[in-house]
Amino acid sequence: MSPEIILLACIALPLLAPILISALHRWPNPREAVTLLTSAGLLLLVLSLHDAFLQGARPAIDIAEPLPGLAIGFEIEPLGMLFALLASFLWLVTSVYSIGYMRSHHEWRQTSFYSYFAVALGSVMGIAFAGNLFTLFIFYELLTLSTYPLVTHSGDNSAREGGRMYLGYLLGTSLMLLLLALIWTWSLTGTLDFREGGILAGTVSPAMAGLLLALYIFGIGKAAVIPMHLWLPAAMVAPTPVSALLHAVAVVKAGVFTVLKVTIYIFGIDFLSEVTATQWLMYVAGATILLASIVALRQDNLKLRLAWSTVSQLSYIVLCALLITPTGIIAGSAHMVMHGFAKITLFFCAGAILVMTHKTRISELDGIGRQMPWTMAAFSIAAISMIGIPPTAGFISKWYILLGTIESQQLVALGIIIISTLLNAAYFMPIVYAAFFREQTTATAHESRHNGAEAPLTVLLAITVTAAGTLALFFFPDKVLELAMMTAGAGR
Amino acid sequence: MLLANLPALQVVIPLVSAPLCLLLRNPRHAWAWSSLVSAAVLAVAVMLAHRVYTEGTISYAIGAWATPWGIEYRIDMAGAMMVLIIAAISAVVMPYARRSILHEIEYKKIALFYTCYLLCLTGLLGIIVTGDTFNLFVFLEISSLSSYVLISLGSTRRALTAAFQYLVMGTIGATFILIGVGLLYMMTGTLNMVDIAERLPAVTDTRTIRVAFAFVTVGVSIKLALFPLHIWLPNAYTFAPSVVSAFMAATATKAGVYVLLRFFFTVFGSQFSFAAMHVSEIFMLLAIAAILVASLVAVFENNVKRMLAYSSVAQIGYTILGISLASAAGVSASMIQLFNHAMIKGALFLALGCVFLRLGSVTLKDMHGLARHMPWTMAAFVAGGLSLIGVPLTAGFISKWYLISAALTAGYWPLAVLVLISSLLALVYIWRVVEAAYFNVPGASMDKIKEAPASMLIPVWLLIGVNLYVGIDANLVVSMAQQAADALIGQVLQ
Repeated sequence: MSPEIILLACIALPLLAPILISALHRWPNPREAVTLLTSAGLLLLVLSLHDAFLQGARPAIDIAEPLPGLAIGFEIEPLGMLFALLASFLWLVTSVYSIGYMRSHHEWRQTSFYSYFAVALGSVMGIAFAGNLFTLFIFYELLTLSTYPLVTHSGDNSAREGGRMYLGYLLGTSLMLLLLALIWTWSLTGTLDFREGGILAGTVSPAMAGLLLALYIFGIGKAAVIPMHLWLPAAMVAPTPVSALLHAVAVVKAGVFTVLKVTIYIFGIDFLSEVTATQWLMYVAGATILLASIVALRQDNLKLRLAWSTVSQLSYIVLCALLITPTGIIAGSAHMVMHGFAKITLFFCAGAILVMTHKTRISELDGIGRQMPWTMAAFSIAAISMIGIPPTAGFISKWYILLGTIESQQLVALGIIIISTLLNAAYFMPIVYAAFFREQTTATAHESRHNGAEAPLTVLLAITVTAAGTLALFFFPDKVLELAMMTAGAGR
Repeated sequence: MLLANLPALQVVIPLVSAPLCLLLRNPRHAWAWSSLVSAAVLAVAVMLAHRVYTEGTISYAIGAWATPWGIEYRIDMAGAMMVLIIAAISAVVMPYARRSILHEIEYKKIALFYTCYLLCLTGLLGIIVTGDTFNLFVFLEISSLSSYVLISLGSTRRALTAAFQYLVMGTIGATFILIGVGLLYMMTGTLNMVDIAERLPAVTDTRTIRVAFAFVTVGVSIKLALFPLHIWLPNAYTFAPSVVSAFMAATATKAGVYVLLRFFFTVFGSQFSFAAMHVSEIFMLLAIAAILVASLVAVFENNVKRMLAYSSVAQIGYTILGISLASAAGVSASMIQLFNHAMIKGALFLALGCVFLRLGSVTLKDMHGLARHMPWTMAAFVAGGLSLIGVPLTAGFISKWYLISAALTAGYWPLAVLVLISSLLALVYIWRVVEAAYFNVPGASMDKIKEAPASMLIPVWLLIGVNLYVGIDANLVVSMAQQAADALIGQVLQ
């Protein structure tokens, strides 16, 4: 198969899978087999694309031209490759997890759950491989719309409220600000292609470029920079697998991915270094990091604490992008992956706890490590990675982040990262401590004897894989860093 | 022979067929006959558009009386596009009408309905093809009078007051247009549009011409429901039979916009309209008001049909906004918006007609949990709604894109922001329906509700399909619209 065909298949496969999934809605086992096969197939496709990519293939293909001069087209570049690898690998893991979770939790409407999940992943692939900003925007919106039914899966009042926030913020920011930025860019340059070195240089004054950059940064609501972040905690009404894959990895990373793409391929690092507004936007990202961490500290609901932690971590990447140095881009790209592995593990664990004990609050987790040692061990590894302590993946990206801030002499940013590291420790370590070193209350102890101990096998399997991945990425980060460095090279 | 007379056939076919409906009496036969006529009208429209596309503007003298004396039918790209929209909507609506009309209109009056429907179609097509100002007035009256009857056939008694309100407003509008045309005739001694355009420069700087311009503009603005002259529209659309709401929303106001463009560009000329009479500034303000006020009202409306009616007022605002930019980009954005909005609103009103057929009501309260019983209808409503909001891969996105590009190119960036804000308002009002239909638990009374029949669902999904197709490949629509805009603006500059 030629790389172009594989590229199209990567997008088409998950988008078409729902047809089969809905056709099999009466037979749960074959239906889930379709999901597993699709996700495994997608991973294989992306891996083979990765091989071809490293050998120098640069497949590019246009499939339609909705507006004259604006094509829906796909093209592979290092950052997109990295994002696609991350999303497709974690989709396979999440599919395994979902089957255990959805069944043990007796969720309804499972067929539509798996269908929309596949569409969402297809949109993510579209975003990752988008050949121009227009295509990226289309799949960005498709991702919002396809995840809306997942967020509101339970169909009750809280889902409706959460869904409102979700759609309101994401569609609102993208239609109001991002689309405006897009059309503005189009009217300035006559193209929306991603080009190495950017397309905007020389077409707009640095002051206006700052305004345009602000439109992009705030318009990309999925990157959750304050004040466009409130949708993310609201999205936590979704079933845990959705929160895990979509709201810790796919959707939010699509946001920061877009930010990186825009800074690298639309503005270009050289042009952006003339734009003074980047400094201010970086402070906004810094403020997001700190404020979201502080809010996370105060959350008792485990999923909410994780969500606020995600808000804060996303701004790490935005901040890295705005450092406008090659090291910053390496740091941002790497952090996309490293944070993805750790955060999905944390969500998986939260879901496992919910399924087995029906507990959602951190204050109820005393002694849970004795009941679910395997789960909580994975939780601890991921928490350590979030703080950035070796030997975990988080250390690698934090290294580059700190290096980037020092290189560009952004001392404020450096300070923010250090304080935020302390805050990370402050909101994750107590959970680990409580789980392993506090006594269970008698009621909980009774319940745990009654309910059995660990989570279902598929759930444990998924948790193990991502936790092991978090450790493995510390020892073998080469593949990730290779792509990250190629991205940084493209920005010049 | 047949081909040469296409412009006349376009109008004559529905005109002579209309009385036959009344003679047929049997609803079924009347419906079959009207469907046949609609199909024929579409066929003629397609051939006509093809001819214009390949050969350029067609001028046709009725009864072979030479032009300025006889009546001229003149069809350029803009006209061809409008004729296509109207004929296509009519052909799509007809298969849908059988069940819907049987349900909503008294058995005895159904033949009358189809008669008036064909007359209305005649009037709308005539407005487009004619090149004669008085003839235009005649066709405008044919379409208006028949639409008063169509609206009054609505299932509640309030349809009568709505029709009466429209009648009063519509008559004022028509009278204004007639006065304007009369004044033009007085000054130039001709009724032919091209002829007037040629003679106007000699007398252009007179108060009479300025008054004529004002009368025509206000008169047409009533017909196309430009804010604040829109007050007839919400009631008319709300209480009319579903088919009529869909048909009128998709065609009647569009024809009004077309008339406006004709007068501004062909008759008076853009120099006079925009430079001397400051239409740009006035229309821009009114369009902004229309977009904001009507969208806000729609947000608080509980009757979904009424909500869509207010949304139409806002959408007309977009069209006028494009015109007010007074640039080729702006006018072609308006033409794109005309086409796309016809497809969007047609689909939405038809979907709502399906709801009315099964539910007997279209208020939000009664639609609780409807999606479980009518999944296809509601899915169509959501798809149409997304297009109305302007989500990518839908027709609505294309029109927003061009409108915003045109505004930015003209240097009016606040307008771009305004258009986007109103997309958000559209999101809010469409999502109120979505939440009611998808998230609320259906009441016990809903157990017997079934999905709408296929004869109604297929037309709805056909229009949705057009929406999605245009979203993926808009080249045809865009190139037609650009040619239409060139035809409108170019005529003056030549």
